[in-house]
Amino acid sequence: MEIKKLEFKKQSSTALTDQNLRKALRNTTDRFRASRKRAYDELEGFEDLRNRAREIKKETIENLPIYLGMLEGNVIKTGGKVHWAQDGEEACRIIVEIARENGVRSVVKSKSMATEEIELNHALEEAGIKAVETDLGEYIIQLAKERPSHIIAPAIHKSKDDISRLFSEKLSIPYYTEPEQLTRVARERLRSEFLSADMGVSGVNFAVAETGTIVVVENEGNARLSTTVPRVHVAVMGIEKVIPRYGDLSIFLPVLVRSATGQKISTYVSFITGPKRKSDMDGPEEFHLVIVDNGRAKILASEETRESLYCIRCGACLNICPVYRQVGGHSYGWVYSGPIGAIITPQLLGAEKAPELPFASSLCGACKDVCPVKIDFPKVLLELRKRVVEGENKDGRGGEAGLLERLLVRLWRISMESKTAYSLLSTLSYFLQFPWLSKNRKLSSLPYPFSEWTNDRDFPAVAKIPFRKRWKEISKI
Amino acid sequence: MRQQNQSKKKVSLFITCLVDNFFPQVGESMVKVLRKLGVEVDFPVDQTCCGQPAFNSGFQHDAKALAKRFLSIFQDDNCYVVCPSGSCTTMVKIFYRELLKEESRGLELADRLASRTYEFSAFLTNVLHVEDVGASYSGKVTYHDSCHLLRELRIRDEPRKLIKSVKGIDFVEMNLHDACCGFGGTFSIMFPGVSISMLEEKIISIVESGADTIVSTDMGCLMHIEGAMSRRKIPVKVMHIAELLASEL
Repeated sequence: MEIKKLEFKKQSSTALTDQNLRKALRNTTDRFRASRKRAYDELEGFEDLRNRAREIKKETIENLPIYLGMLEGNVIKTGGKVHWAQDGEEACRIIVEIARENGVRSVVKSKSMATEEIELNHALEEAGIKAVETDLGEYIIQLAKERPSHIIAPAIHKSKDDISRLFSEKLSIPYYTEPEQLTRVARERLRSEFLSADMGVSGVNFAVAETGTIVVVENEGNARLSTTVPRVHVAVMGIEKVIPRYGDLSIFLPVLVRSATGQKISTYVSFITGPKRKSDMDGPEEFHLVIVDNGRAKILASEETRESLYCIRCGACLNICPVYRQVGGHSYGWVYSGPIGAIITPQLLGAEKAPELPFASSLCGACKDVCPVKIDFPKVLLELRKRVVEGENKDGRGGEAGLLERLLVRLWRISMESKTAYSLLSTLSYFLQFPWLSKNRKLSSLPYPFSEWTNDRDFPAVAKIPFRKRWKEISKI
Repeated sequence: MRQQNQSKKKVSLFITCLVDNFFPQVGESMVKVLRKLGVEVDFPVDQTCCGQPAFNSGFQHDAKALAKRFLSIFQDDNCYVVCPSGSCTTMVKIFYRELLKEESRGLELADRLASRTYEFSAFLTNVLHVEDVGASYSGKVTYHDSCHLLRELRIRDEPRKLIKSVKGIDFVEMNLHDACCGFGGTFSIMFPGVSISMLEEKIISIVESGADTIVSTDMGCLMHIEGAMSRRKIPVKVMHIAELLASEL
């Protein structure tokens, strides 16, 4: 599972030329944003809920080993099994093992970012086990052999026509154009998968430490089927998904659902505590909880960026982000996209794998404003930028920044540290601009790297007399 | 800040490097408005740049050097520091504390400076308690919320009140008034494609509003917006709020 260096600039440039993609992104993010806003406005005290959610997350993350230990104990007490995985590979190995022990030939999956992260489908396939995604969006993505491009709407980048074509080709059906027809086909296909699967794999929205309950939030009912019909249920979660108390759900459920889709509550919320009991009519005979680190302990160790782990994966930051809105999720190169991707991807994979991501933001802060747990995205982005530049050395040497960039910044700093040098630079710029100055007193075609600005925008001319020189006159008045 | 009794309020101008070198008329307009309101204005001539470009690019070591220099220049606790930019004000008011958090002396100075530093429009409304400066301007005006001013300093209504009080103005709110214009400092050069598509949405919003003038509080955003409008020959005038408020004073 070797991950190549992610190239945001290259991929976003391609995305920008795709008009269908941009239209789909505008429409869907607008819809989600409007719904979130309505849901936010109509619930008095939403702000208090967000503050409370943040406090609980803080408390949990600061005491993570305690709550994870409590969760483990209570899952075992209710008859479940708990597995710990250091990285994705180990998590996949554990899950394949559980499948093998149970003679599993086919698996149904409900949408889970954690299993995307560990590339579970790939591992199951290699072990000769069929895995079918049962969330409609995720099913579409699986057919197209792509990654999700949005946390809650994985196929947000696909138009109806794309899906008609895809279904017709991969499922050998006529070219249906109506969403209802397409959904019906998916439903029929998936129904038989649910009935024949030996194992169901789900994600975890929240894991309650005090009861050992995992909570799964969804709208389609596929997670409920995946977790109850097959004989074995495996739930996969990152270490940060634990919350202390059952009562905390009264805070997290409304903030999650309202932030994500603007609903008051999702169509289905499943509370799963251990496997089927003797008195239960149905449910799995075995329940396994796989708790994955995969780079999270490193985030936990950093005081500056720890709050990245507060994220409850609602996707609100994606919907509000003007960058995501233009370029979509695949530009971010890995599982997580938008502002949350820009902060957790470089931390989970290592800054050297994603050096562009912390810079792929105008630092507008809209993400911080909508985040249900108030993650300070700009602060984390700035810290990660520092890490990219400085690398391991705190003196500003040895990071990803090129020599030329380093040199330019140093020269710039030297000229800013002295009034005389600053003034000189200002005068010099005034005279240097002449060859490029156009009739309308603008700079319209500057050499590289300034051409990156002037290719599409004019740049203002340097003033003949800067303010500092005018001050002598002004101060006398 | 020490009580300034009932005497004249004193302001040290913090003129950003963009305003100093490209838009000195914005600085002059500020002086005009502040003097009209009876404020004593000074300009510490040693100032250069607050260090924000380096800070935002990850060069915190270099930014720290400039932050310390800035603190030594704006030391006079009897003066308010007023700046024609929400972004540069945020740097001094919020990010200096972040940058200097491990240095007790630096942090103390940063704290004191933060408490008396204001963005221009916020200073007029929240310190001088003025909404109508007596300016007049005839035109249909819309307002762009610059991101740092809105989301770091939480200033939304102040500039609007000032604009609406200008005689002769027809104020109109544009659709994406609080969406980023895509400037973001070096972001606009590192990712020009993304930056321009953000800007294009903003410009559509401005044009659809029917305004003939767009006003904001940051020359960074305005330089960005104007750069594209002038290239596309869109006849909407770009104005810093200080210029608008200095009209016909």
